[in-house]
Amino acid sequence: MYPSRFAYEAPRTLDEAIGLLHDGAGEAKVLAGGQSLVPLMKLRFANPELLVDINNLPGLDRLETLADGTIRVGALVRHRDLERAGDVHRIQPVVGAAAPLIADPIVRTRGTLVGSLCHADPQGDWAAVVTALRGYVVAQGPGGRREIPIGDFVTGPFQNVLAHDEVAVEAVLPGPRHTVAGGFLKLERRVGDFATAGTAVAIELDGDRVTRAGIALTGVGSRTVDATGAAEALVGRALTSEAIAAAADAAAEAAQPTADHRGSAAYKKHVIHTFVTRILTRVSTTSEQAA
Amino acid sequence: MTTTTPMGHGRMLRKEDRRFVRGRGRYVDDLQLPGMLHLAVLRSPVAHARIVSIDTLAAEAHPKVKAVVTGAMLAERGLAWMPTLSGDRQAVLATDKVRFQGQEVAFVVAEDRYSARDALELIDVEYDLLEPVVDVRRALDPDAALIRDDVPGKTDNHCFDWETGDAAAAEAVFARAEVVVRQELVFPRVHPAPMETCGAVADYDRIEEKLTLWSTTQAPHAHRTLLSMFAGIPEHRIRVVSPDIGGGFGNKVPVYPGYVHAIVGSIMTGRPVKWTEDRTENLVASGFARDYVMQGEIAATREGRILAVRSHVLADHGAFNGTAAPRKFPGGFFGVFTGSYDIEAAYCSMTAVHTNKAPGGVAYACSFRIAEAVYLVERLVDMLAAELDRDPVSLRMQNFIRPDQFPYTSRTGWVYDSGDYPRAMELALQIAGYDELRAEQAERRARGAGEPLMGIGVSFFTEAVGAGPRKDMDMLGLGMADGCELRVHPTGSAVVRISVQTQGQGHETTFAQLIAEELGLHPDDVDVVHGDTDSTPYGLGTYGSRSTPVSGAAAVLAARRVRDKAQLIAAGMLEVAPDDLEWSTAQGGGRFDVRGVPGSGVTIQEVAMRAHGAGDLPDGVEGGLDAQISYNPDNLTYPFGAYICVVDIDPGTAVVTVRRFIAVDDCGTRINEMIVEGQIHGGLTDGIGMALMEFIGFDEHGNCLGGSLMDYLIPTALEVPDWETGTTVTPAPDHPIGAKGVGESATVGSPPAVVNAVIDALAPYGVRHADMPLTPSRVWEAMQGRAAPPF
Repeated sequence: MYPSRFAYEAPRTLDEAIGLLHDGAGEAKVLAGGQSLVPLMKLRFANPELLVDINNLPGLDRLETLADGTIRVGALVRHRDLERAGDVHRIQPVVGAAAPLIADPIVRTRGTLVGSLCHADPQGDWAAVVTALRGYVVAQGPGGRREIPIGDFVTGPFQNVLAHDEVAVEAVLPGPRHTVAGGFLKLERRVGDFATAGTAVAIELDGDRVTRAGIALTGVGSRTVDATGAAEALVGRALTSEAIAAAADAAAEAAQPTADHRGSAAYKKHVIHTFVTRILTRVSTTSEQAA
Repeated sequence: MTTTTPMGHGRMLRKEDRRFVRGRGRYVDDLQLPGMLHLAVLRSPVAHARIVSIDTLAAEAHPKVKAVVTGAMLAERGLAWMPTLSGDRQAVLATDKVRFQGQEVAFVVAEDRYSARDALELIDVEYDLLEPVVDVRRALDPDAALIRDDVPGKTDNHCFDWETGDAAAAEAVFARAEVVVRQELVFPRVHPAPMETCGAVADYDRIEEKLTLWSTTQAPHAHRTLLSMFAGIPEHRIRVVSPDIGGGFGNKVPVYPGYVHAIVGSIMTGRPVKWTEDRTENLVASGFARDYVMQGEIAATREGRILAVRSHVLADHGAFNGTAAPRKFPGGFFGVFTGSYDIEAAYCSMTAVHTNKAPGGVAYACSFRIAEAVYLVERLVDMLAAELDRDPVSLRMQNFIRPDQFPYTSRTGWVYDSGDYPRAMELALQIAGYDELRAEQAERRARGAGEPLMGIGVSFFTEAVGAGPRKDMDMLGLGMADGCELRVHPTGSAVVRISVQTQGQGHETTFAQLIAEELGLHPDDVDVVHGDTDSTPYGLGTYGSRSTPVSGAAAVLAARRVRDKAQLIAAGMLEVAPDDLEWSTAQGGGRFDVRGVPGSGVTIQEVAMRAHGAGDLPDGVEGGLDAQISYNPDNLTYPFGAYICVVDIDPGTAVVTVRRFIAVDDCGTRINEMIVEGQIHGGLTDGIGMALMEFIGFDEHGNCLGGSLMDYLIPTALEVPDWETGTTVTPAPDHPIGAKGVGESATVGSPPAVVNAVIDALAPYGVRHADMPLTPSRVWEAMQGRAAPPF
């Protein structure tokens, strides 16, 4: 497991990084946490000619929570930072639920949320969370900044819309308007395994009525599945057992798993159903108790 | 940290850990020699194909490449094929065809390991794809592609047939039995996955015409002999050194093509050559374990008296038969499939076949196939219990070989040396609180929906370890004895040289303790030398839990010879007859005193000085205090144990959690209980891995699906419970201190306990059996009534 020859640059400014990527003409890759890219290089599945290490760029390690509840996750914010960010968890419990389930402690110490989104692994965890929260990615290139909704950001397995000279500088999770609830469950065959199936649920409640819902699935399609039908089954209703069952049915329906060594397609759909039911049942029980 | 430092036997911290915990171990890949080159292997991307052409020109033109070698080049030197430990042959580099994915096709020697791998990408191989034989059940179909067309006259993929027991007697019992339970049981292919992958540094000295090979081998002496016979280098001009080894588990028993590549590379370039395989290479191409499809049958009376066990095994040996097993035992020690039970008849027939998969077949614990045998009988007994609506413990108790029946000759001819099975079982029940667990299970089942599905699994195993008596056992004609040389220095410290090689088992401590116990020394005063054929006596190495039963016995007997000689010298020093002396270690060290007069005599250190020093020695006694021995065991040793596993299954996701694991092991006399427990902890972890997650699978093209540790899962500390261990001691009658091997006990005993627990948990779903690995998906499919074998 020895990578091909590559050049390495560690620029000090974002403009410099963008310039290097521009000059790399598609043969350069951004190095942030390196937890996916480096293994791929060691396997020679990825053979970039140039690595542009962005770890020295100022400001990208910022994890901000704004007054309106918006959360801004810089490109160098590690999984571990998100695991420890109690203020973020209070605003969006789904983030707090997902962070400790990312890979293992070693990966969490170096890997980044934004890097995970860019890597676009169909079994990645963060893309499901960001999808459930209707988040977006901020990218900067020679022509300036643009915001890309997560649903448009990932185009397929291991593919995103970034131009070769664009850097994803942060991910943004919009602030909620009502009471937030949610959760994240992942089935892994062993700690540190990629998801056999995973479910992110983020909802907002006004009283006992759901005002907004996002349900996204990982491991059950060629990219993160945005289970809009499942979300729609909840909006405008209370979290009754009927509503929960309808959402779980719709989520399982939306899942498009394939059988592999992690499990049969039927099993993966079943797990999605179980997870949606479990998260929503817990939310409904908790909010009843609160009331 | 508290630790007792005993005279000899007992708990003490491992001497070798002083370097390991500081990161100062010295492994093959740590070796840096002046001028050393690096070797990388080009491997087949496909499972079965004819090689049309290999173009190496571009690779040879790489500025840092020193040599590019293909099978055709080796064939010119008669080195394209090498013998396997099973008497088959294996391609060192493919000449005609590739027969499994990952097979060695060419190698490059370059100035650094990056360049070597870069050059691999410059080699252009044209393959003519052939139909792969992947499904073991169809390997003997008339239309199956022929894999071994290198063997003259070969027309099918048959590897060997083997049988044991009495077919007619078994048939007679099955014909009249009141109850017969039958089940196909698959023990899937798994991989030992040692932390350190395989590797070697070869250094051929053209002036001295001497080869030094540092390699990751569990059997340096056997490897030297095989390399000499194969490569034509005189045996005394080969030195094999096995330095610190990062886990073997049977994976490092075979001679791998990579070792030969390194040797050829060094001979060709005149420089030292290092080969270190990467993780994928290790998982895909090196020795696997198991891969048995077993048709099991058990016959019993309605009262639960087990009468007979019968099985037919379809064994997948991959493209070449690389199994390490004594020559007369092509199915290893599978013959102990009658387990721990006193039965009337037994029979097993085995058909081994070739497939387009990696060769191997020996692994942690290789156990010479006893893991498969124990799994077979312990699943069958559990299924019989279910059939008879009997508690699995009481059924086992009813059928155990009784303590007064030892030595017990099994229906397949194995002489079990000693045992007290009910005592071990009862201790396990007591530690587990078995009755309370069954009560809790009943209560949970009564509560019904939403409760975790609780399962309690029992297994009882008997192992056969310490191969082995030379009248029965050899590998390629080499008897399975082990040597020991012991030297006591003038000041009373000692060095013991042994023929076995530690891979983490703690030999440097255990063997020091053995000598210390016998000579009344402190273990710190005994150094253990091993792993270097130039400085250790001949022997067959460490695998099959044989170090303590064979080499340990050699060490004890060598020490006793030294003590006998010391007694003669002491008698001379004290001017008494040797028989008037008595030996004791009670005063903190070994000493000879005149019988009945404590403190009157001399210490072992004083004797050692006299042995080497000035002054007369008794008539006929040579100077020095040394002994040398080669130990040929009279019998194997038969450790045993009672295991109880408690699992909880999430009814929604079918995820299995091992809540508790109780392991009572009887390995006879224990030399260092901490090391024994460590062996057991590791084996139990491995057993949980095999039962729940480990699996080397293949797709229909023969692509290996377990080529990384993200795909081939091994358990971590988070998947295993706190182990609850217990001990009974039934000494081995044929071993000088009554010790039995233990290295593989837990690996052998634990998979059926876990599987039995999972099946027990699924009883409310009517599940009778489900094959390993019991991944969440496979358990869920079983709950839906769709249990299916893994292949």
